[in-house]
Amino acid sequence: MDAITANMPLLVFLVIGTVAVAAAILVVAMRNPVHSALFLLLTFLCVAVLFVMQSAEFVAAVQVLVYAGGIMVLFLFVVMLINVRHLPHEPMLTKFAMGGIAVGLGIFLVLATVVRPGPYRDENPNKDRLRSVPAYRTMRVTGADGTVTRKRVVRHRVVGNSEAVGMSLYRDYLVPFEVASLFLLVAMIGAIVIGKRELSAAEEETAPEFILEKVEREKEVKEAVHA
Amino acid sequence: MPSTEAYLMLSATLFAVGLAGVVLRRNFITVLMCIELMLNAVNINLVAFSHRLASLEGQVFTIFVITIAAGEAAIGLAIIIQLYRLKTTVNLDEVKELNG
Repeated sequence: MDAITANMPLLVFLVIGTVAVAAAILVVAMRNPVHSALFLLLTFLCVAVLFVMQSAEFVAAVQVLVYAGGIMVLFLFVVMLINVRHLPHEPMLTKFAMGGIAVGLGIFLVLATVVRPGPYRDENPNKDRLRSVPAYRTMRVTGADGTVTRKRVVRHRVVGNSEAVGMSLYRDYLVPFEVASLFLLVAMIGAIVIGKRELSAAEEETAPEFILEKVEREKEVKEAVHA
Repeated sequence: MPSTEAYLMLSATLFAVGLAGVVLRRNFITVLMCIELMLNAVNINLVAFSHRLASLEGQVFTIFVITIAAGEAAIGLAIIIQLYRLKTTVNLDEVKELNG
């Protein structure tokens, strides 16, 4: 019994890792995009469990919220918008697919040969660092000759993973954080501009002149592409 | 506790599966899913090293990678919808206007 409890993390890793890899393979192997999306969801949840095991609780929560919640819903939305049943049958095991498997095996071998147990063994770090925030204090130090000097000391206060990540994000990585928010704004505007549909007949009567001109221009471009 | 190397091997496997999917699938939606899979494999790597070195940088970078993945998914899916409206297909082999 003790052996099982002691090896519990390893056992969980093996089970969750196997499920994650199997689900990833099924994402590639499934013909129906809905099935692919659901297996991708399973992979994301398994990866979230792995994050929790490595004391990255906040990242695990973000993974579930953003990936499993947001991105998967987006994918399923698009799959529903597109009529999957009317798509032509996609042949799976072609000559091309063999090339894909070869590329996958090749990159796996390249990555696997890089993983060696040597270089990162010497570190023996303090695991509390992942859930502590630095607190700076100044201390008065009286020297041997009676002079008083001020000295800055850092103490690591243990608070929790979310607060530690937040502190790091807003203190050390503020500029990348703002750039990321700008990126999200640009992506949102881009998605709206790219994804907007054509006007219907009723809308064409009420739409202002400049929009109609723009629609006309877009139609000409489309016809040129089709021709 | 499973070692860092075990996590790295798992991440390499997921990345390889994702890359193979990008190359061998012709459905645009599935290709985008495989790209998400590859980004997730990178996240496992970052978190594994963050745990190993007891440094928060890996976790902060993971959050940035998730941000990029969200933006990429939004733009990619908008392109898919527009492509479907234009050509009523999401098969990548049929989109070859720029083919030389």
